[in-house]
This record gives sequence, structure tokens and C-alpha cells, in this order.
Amino acid sequence: MDLKDKLLSSFMAFEDTVDVNLPVHEVRTEAIKNFEAQGFPTKKMESWKYTSLKGLLKSDLSVFPKKETTLEYKDVKKYFIHEIESYRIVLVDGVYSSQLSETSHDGIDVCLMSAALCKPKYRLIIENYFNKTAEADGLTSLNTAFSKEGAFINIPRGVVVDKPIQIIHFSTGIEPSLMLQPRSLVVAGENSHVQIIERHQSLTANATLTNSVTEIFANKRAIVDYYKIQNDGEAASLIDNTYISQQQNSHVSVHTFSLGGKLTRNNLQFFHKGEHLDSTLKGVTITDRKQHVDHSTLVHHAQPNCESHQDYKGIYADKSTGVFNGRIIVEKEAQKTNGFQQNNNILLDDTATINAKPQLEIFADDVKCSHGCTIGQLDDEAMFYLQARGIPEKEAKALLMFGFANNVLESVKIPQLKQRITKLIAQKLGVDLGFDL
Amino acid sequence: MLKIKNLHANVEGKEILKGINLEVNPGEVHAIMGPNGSGKSTLASVIAGNEDFEITEGTVELEEEELNEMAPEERAHQGVFLSFQYPVEIPGVTVTNFMKTAINETRKARGLEEMPANEMLKKIREKSELLEIDRKFLSRSLNEGFSGGEKKRNEIFQMAMLEPKLAILDETDSGLDIDALKIVANGVNRLKTKENATIVITHYQRLLDYIVPDHVHVLLNGKIVKSGGKELALELEEKGYDWIKQEVAV
Ligand SMILES: Nc1ncnc2c1ncn2[C@@H]1O[C@H](COP(=O)(O)OP(=O)(O)OP(=O)(O)O)[C@@H](O)[C@H]1O
Ligand SMILES: [Mg+2]
Repeated sequence: MDLKDKLLSSFMAFEDTVDVNLPVHEVRTEAIKNFEAQGFPTKKMESWKYTSLKGLLKSDLSVFPKKETTLEYKDVKKYFIHEIESYRIVLVDGVYSSQLSETSHDGIDVCLMSAALCKPKYRLIIENYFNKTAEADGLTSLNTAFSKEGAFINIPRGVVVDKPIQIIHFSTGIEPSLMLQPRSLVVAGENSHVQIIERHQSLTANATLTNSVTEIFANKRAIVDYYKIQNDGEAASLIDNTYISQQQNSHVSVHTFSLGGKLTRNNLQFFHKGEHLDSTLKGVTITDRKQHVDHSTLVHHAQPNCESHQDYKGIYADKSTGVFNGRIIVEKEAQKTNGFQQNNNILLDDTATINAKPQLEIFADDVKCSHGCTIGQLDDEAMFYLQARGIPEKEAKALLMFGFANNVLESVKIPQLKQRITKLIAQKLGVDLGFDL
Repeated sequence: MLKIKNLHANVEGKEILKGINLEVNPGEVHAIMGPNGSGKSTLASVIAGNEDFEITEGTVELEEEELNEMAPEERAHQGVFLSFQYPVEIPGVTVTNFMKTAINETRKARGLEEMPANEMLKKIREKSELLEIDRKFLSRSLNEGFSGGEKKRNEIFQMAMLEPKLAILDETDSGLDIDALKIVANGVNRLKTKENATIVITHYQRLLDYIVPDHVHVLLNGKIVKSGGKELALELEEKGYDWIKQEVAV
């Protein structure tokens, strides 16, 4: 039995764990049919040309962890941005940890998806938003079918959330290899403002495959800043599907920092539902040791007078592979669109690979769209200049890489988070530069 | 302090330096002049350790220690400083962060602790005032979008921060306006001690009015063909290089 069959046959067991009488269960049963029809993506599909899941989709993946583990805060503190006050939604092997979490129902809802899916007071929100912007491809459908737990964030109109929200998914290695399917929903009401930091972290060398789906809805004039820290262990792989639906005058930014993990695929899609809004997609990717990071972005301009800004920096070494597939669609109605895309890559040695493919599909005539894609190496002259000032080769390289990634780092709005990411990057590069950006 | 013996160096298989001999003692200022393409910047790069150039013969010594095989950063840690003819733009790295890294890496290499943050700030303030550098430059990306003169001034600011034993100033005067030239020259003079030495590469006598050399050398086609006192620079200013070329030919 392969993994697909195993998942299909475990759906019945899954149904025993949820309330099948709720309307949302119809969405699940629809989704499992979808998954059955489509299965997992293969390299034959254009959007998966450079990323193969073959090695990961093994039938010995456990689809439900058999037992629960508890974690002590002091043991996992370092994975939180603990220098700041925050709300926390923490899942351990896919199960909510009340001990590590700090949720809220005080003017805002920062809580669990499982609660939102079954409590009557959220029924309307679930009806209006759940699975409304997610695509129906195989992987997303699989997640939808098994959707049960994750983060649920509901910010009412006009609320500026007083502190960032951290969502952390731990896997503890209780199974030799585990598949997780977290499902999250963020609804930002009109004029609200929320900052979210998300991280997936495995705590042992046991394999984890996470197929995550997050839907974000930004209503009129809402501001949502979303940060993804992808610094997982060498046996952890992540397929991150994030779908964003924006109403007029809203501002949504997603920053993705991909440093760790075995295979990471980011499907990040923005859909425009109103005018005068802007979307920001930025990323820093630094890989080595056969890592694979694939960014597949889509900005769907369907309304006039909107902007999108994409800026992805990648540094690849040591048999690692990067993919950047940046798609911008500008519909006929979307006049006066400003769509920018920047993708710069550095290959540190000739064993590393980058596949970069910007795709602009423009059907309107009065638009400003540009894309720039570069692939290069570290500049020898700059290296000599830094070394001649007493900065050793490794540190000089690191400094140039920081400089290269700086545009993206600079736009992180939470200083402590920026500092942490700077540290993680320095750690990754094996240097201690003795300054904070 | 600096002893260069019969130095030959190639770039891409072509010989550029063809047997240079030069000795610089502590407290001295040497000027090197010579026509375009004669090898002045090459000599500076070779002393600083640029690996584009291959030393085929001869030695470079600093305080009795041979530099030939040392990496550029090790030479910097020994006290060599090169003010670049063409300072490199480093986007995304601020002058301040660059300076902090350079100073702390140098201290690390010398077995010292990192410089405390307040001491660093004080030093940065002091040295930027010495060179009349506006504070806002310090938070800009290193050399990016700096004017020619600003880049040169920034080089001497770095020199002031690093306090080298041997400073090589490669055409630091080019691109500086008259006021800036005075400020930069004054900065260099203020940094002069009995223990350190300076090599000034220039095309113009004017800089030497401010930074007065003890010795002037003429580099021609990869060799030092004439040396003299500061009056040699005046003579070159007046007569150009032809008479020297003729002397050499004879
Ligand atoms: N990287 C290089 N590759 C090829 N040739 C080089 C390289 N660097 C220097 N050269 C050549 O070496 C010779 C000496 O150059 P160098 O820059 O040392 O001259 P210079 O005396 O500093 O001249 P200027 O007064 O114009 O600054 C020139 O002919 C130059 O073209
Ligand atoms: Mg020169």
C-alpha cells in the first residue's frame, strides 16, 4: 500500500475523531475525493518540474501520532522569540499544547482551529472563510480532508493587536517518521492590524513531513504582516501552502526565511478582491548540504490600481538546489497595476543549482510590471577589499551575504525578530560578526 | 619596517613588477610617482596581498616578517593598510557595521577582546570628526553612491580607525576638492607617529605640499628608476617623465 492509499483508507478512522454532522465535514469529504482523483504532484506537472516529492512520500510515514508528548517550556524556549511579549499557539506533533500556548478570547480570538471548527459561535466565520481561498490541488485537498487542528486567528474590525502572535509546530520524534497536516485560518477585520510569526521545528533527527495550509483574509484597510522562519532540522521537510485574499486598501506582507530543513516548498498565492491594495512577498534563502528550497509564488491581480512587490534573495552552496517560480497574472480589468518582482541569486560553488523562472501573464494594457532575475557569485574585488581591512575570508563572505540579503532583512518590522533572524543566518554561516543589523 | 627585495609580480602571466627594491623606516613618508600603467597600484596590491597577482621572485617583509604567503587579512592584522585607488561599493553593509567587524576581527586576531560598544562609538565619533565626515554617512551602505571624493575621505577614516603601522595611500588625492584635500592631508598628518610609516602614491605635487615626503621614488615600467628627496617631486611636476625615460634608456 502506498502513502496515498494509506491516507485514503485512514480517512474513515479520522472521521471517528471529528463531528461528521457539521457542515464543514462536507468540505472534508469533498476534499478527500479531490485528493483521491489528483493524488500527489509529480515532476510532470509544470509547477513541480524542479521539485520531487518522491523520496518523501513513503508509506511508513505515520499519519496519526499514537501517543502524546509534553514539552517543558525551558527546553524549547529558544525556538520562540522570547524577548518580546506575544500570544502563542503551540502544537506538539499536531496536538495543541495548552501548557506552552498563550491564547486569547479577549477582544480577539487567538486559539485553536479545532475549537473554531466545532463551536457554534464561530460557525458563521467558518462558513464564510474556511477553504474559501485555498486551491483544490492534491496537496491542499489532502490537508483540507484531514483539517482538524492548527491556528485560528480572528481579529475584529478596528483592532490593532497589542503584540505579535507566534505559531509554532513542534515535532518530537515520537514516531520514526511523521506526517503533519496543520490547517490555519487568519481573518483580519476591517482596519485591523496583526503580526504573526510562524515556525515549524522538529526536535530530533526523526523524519517529519509537514503539509501545511494557511488561509489569510485581509478585509478593507487591514494590515497583516506574516513572518515564516524555516530553520528546521535536516530530516524535516515542509510543504507550505499559504493563500491570501485581500480586500480594498489592505496591506499584506509575507516574509519567508528559509535556512534549514531538507526539502521546503512554499506555495504562496495572493488573490486581489479590491482596489488600491498592496501585497509584499519577500524571502531570504540560504542553503547547503543538499537542501532543496522551492518558492512558487503567485500574485493574481484581478482589480485595478493594486501593487505587488516581490523580492527574493537566494544563496546556495554545497549540492543544494533552489527554485524560484514567480508568477504574476494581471487580468484585463486590473488596469494601473504595479507589479514588481526581484529575484537575485548567488551560487557559492559549482555544485549548487538554481532554477529561476519569472512568469508574467499580462492581459491589461495600462500596467507597470517589471522583473529582474540575476544569478552570480560573490565579488572577488569586494572580498579583497574586506580582507584587506582585516576581515577573514569566512567573515568577509558572510558580510557580503548579509549585505546581499539586507533589503529583505531591513523590512522586518519587529526588531527582536530581525535580530533573531540575523543570528540564525550568522549561525548558518558559522560566523559571529559582533553587530546587530 | 618595510623591506621589499627584488620583487617581481605577474598578472595573468604578464610581468608587471620587474624587480622592485624599497625600504621604508618607521616615521618616514615615501612618495611613489610614475606614469599611468607603470605598476604603482600593482605594487600596492601586492603588498596588501591581492591574490590576482603572483609573486614570481623576491620578498616583501614587514618588521622582519615575510608577507609573501600571508592572506590579506593577516597582513592587515600585522598592520598593513591600503587606501584603495578605487574603493569598492558594498551594498547592504553600513560603514559602521563594516568598521565594527574590521576592528573586532583585527582585535580577535591579536588576541584581544572585542571593543566595548561605547568605546567603539566614541572612536567612530572622534575619527569621523577628524575627517569632517557627516554622521549620516556612517549608516549608509559602504561606498555605495558615495561621490569620488567621499569615497577617498572614507578610506582615510578607515585608516584612522584601524591605526596601521604601514599605510599605503593609492591616489587618495584624486577626486578630492581643495578643501577636502586639506582635511584628508591633515588627517593623515595627525595620524603620523614615530612608529608608523606612510607610502603615498600620487600624480600631483599638490598633495606633497601637505603630506611632506622624506623620499620620492619614480616607478617606470615596473621598476623604481629614480629616488630622491621631496625636490624630485617638484622637478617631475615641472618636467614630466620624458627626461627620466631618456636617462633610463641611456
Ligand atoms: N588585473 C589585471 N589584469 C590585467 N592587467 C592588469 C591587471 N591589473 C593591472 N594590470 C596592468 O598592469 C599595468 C600596471 O597597472 P597599475 O594599475 O599598477 O598602474 P598604475 O601605475 O597604478 O597606473 P595609474 O597611474 O593609471 O593608476 C597596467 O598595464 C595594467 O593594465
Ligand atoms: Mg594606480
